[in-house]
Amino acid sequence: MTTLPSSTDRALGLVIDLDICVGCHACVTSCKEWNTSGAGAPLSDTDAYGGNPEGTYLNRVHSFEAVPDLGTPRLVHFPRSCLHCADAPCVTVCPTGASYKRTEDGIVLVNEDDCIGCGLCAWACPYGAREMDQVAGVMKKCTLCVDRIENVHIPEIDRVPACVRACPTGARHFGDLQDPESAVSKLVAAREGFDLMPEQRTRPVNKYLPPRPEIDLLAPLLEPVPVEQGGFLGWLDRTLARL
Amino acid sequence: MHPAPSIIAFTTLSGLGFGLMAWLGLGQIHGQGLVALAFSALALFLAGGGLLASLAHLGQPRRFLKAFSQWRSSWLSREAVLALATMAMFTLYAALWIAGLTLAPLGWLVTGLALATIFCTAMIYAQMRSVPRWRSPTTPTIFLLAALAGGALLSDAIPAAQILLAALLLVQALDWHLGARRLARSGTTLATATGLGALGRLRLFEPPHTGGNYLLLEMVHVVGRNHARKLRAMGLVLAALAPLVFSLVLPVGHLVGGIVLLSHLAGMLILRWLFFAEAEHVVGLYYGKR
Repeated sequence: MTTLPSSTDRALGLVIDLDICVGCHACVTSCKEWNTSGAGAPLSDTDAYGGNPEGTYLNRVHSFEAVPDLGTPRLVHFPRSCLHCADAPCVTVCPTGASYKRTEDGIVLVNEDDCIGCGLCAWACPYGAREMDQVAGVMKKCTLCVDRIENVHIPEIDRVPACVRACPTGARHFGDLQDPESAVSKLVAAREGFDLMPEQRTRPVNKYLPPRPEIDLLAPLLEPVPVEQGGFLGWLDRTLARL
Repeated sequence: MHPAPSIIAFTTLSGLGFGLMAWLGLGQIHGQGLVALAFSALALFLAGGGLLASLAHLGQPRRFLKAFSQWRSSWLSREAVLALATMAMFTLYAALWIAGLTLAPLGWLVTGLALATIFCTAMIYAQMRSVPRWRSPTTPTIFLLAALAGGALLSDAIPAAQILLAALLLVQALDWHLGARRLARSGTTLATATGLGALGRLRLFEPPHTGGNYLLLEMVHVVGRNHARKLRAMGLVLAALAPLVFSLVLPVGHLVGGIVLLSHLAGMLILRWLFFAEAEHVVGLYYGKR
């Protein structure tokens, strides 16, 4: 059914720390690697080795530059994937029932066997989280690696989404954001995690942690180096300063 | 948004077909037999042809029957169910009408169903918060006015067509005037999209991929907007102004009627193309494009 559940038992999702993401795209490639060989159709590429390569990805990393009125500009790497919204507009628009939100954990999924590839869910998503596979003709999206997180056939340490497992800086966290005692919920509370596009009223489950203020540890400890000007100009400078 | 020919053909032709059914249901055309057969076939051909064109937009068109299941939540599913119900009721009404029996209450039902179908088609777009330009009462108003005006021209309801065309002209102009500000009014900016507004002015430094992708293909359509002003003028003149003026100054026979109708259809195709090409999806903010 494409009606949304009024509540879910858990709200599994990601917390993405924009303070320490280095923009290495390891989450992008590990996501692609895992999900192209999953239960559904592969994540196809077209012209992969040619001049105009394109492909289906469930996770993309943008890099934004923030220019403050005062001070130096700052580069922030920004991973973008499905936020598993509580009020997911992509689910309710689906005409076939292929899109659904699981009652047990809140994960938003696509049943590819029911998908007619109309693309309306991708239009409805303000975050660009869904991409139509151009070869399979069905909609693809982040599954939060449902085939990993409950998979008893893989080591326990791997039972997290592929992007979380791959992140070399630990910028991605996975857990139940509905449980206030969970590690991710405490992290969000401590770091003032926020929603993307709250005005779109999607109530995203995934949260983003803001970059911390930039602090230069060593600069304040350094004495300014006095620059003593010699010669005529130095004499003029000292004389004028005394007047 | 990408102006896909299949969707432009679908919304324009099926709109015209259901608009004609709405007028036929009201008993606009007198006469039976061959006249009734010709008008009924034309209405079914337009509505059915438009629906068939929409199948070309699907990645898996063979599974289209599944689209009838989610009418409780999905405007697209409602549209599919109502379109089929309208065509079925109209076929029954038309069969009786051709045979010489006009059932007025059945006709009114057809008219009501046809209007509801057109409304559902428009709501597929008007419901999208992610496309602020579409999210307005003017969207279903324009869809209904265009379909009814086209249906009126087709079914020789000229005085009604003139009023509807004038209304279409005004509401379309109003929609363009208001639509330009809807993205700004929606409150969605790159700052809310990233949550990084407090750090300063934001711009995309590196895109996530150097090639294209589905999102850029489908949601970001910049090229077509370059000539938007000229196309708006052409669309409005052909769809509404020319048919209105011609039908007012010339006696509307088959020749003038045909020219007026072709002009209206050509103009509607341009207006529908603009409806998609001018609409900005908020995902474009992440790409520094609209």
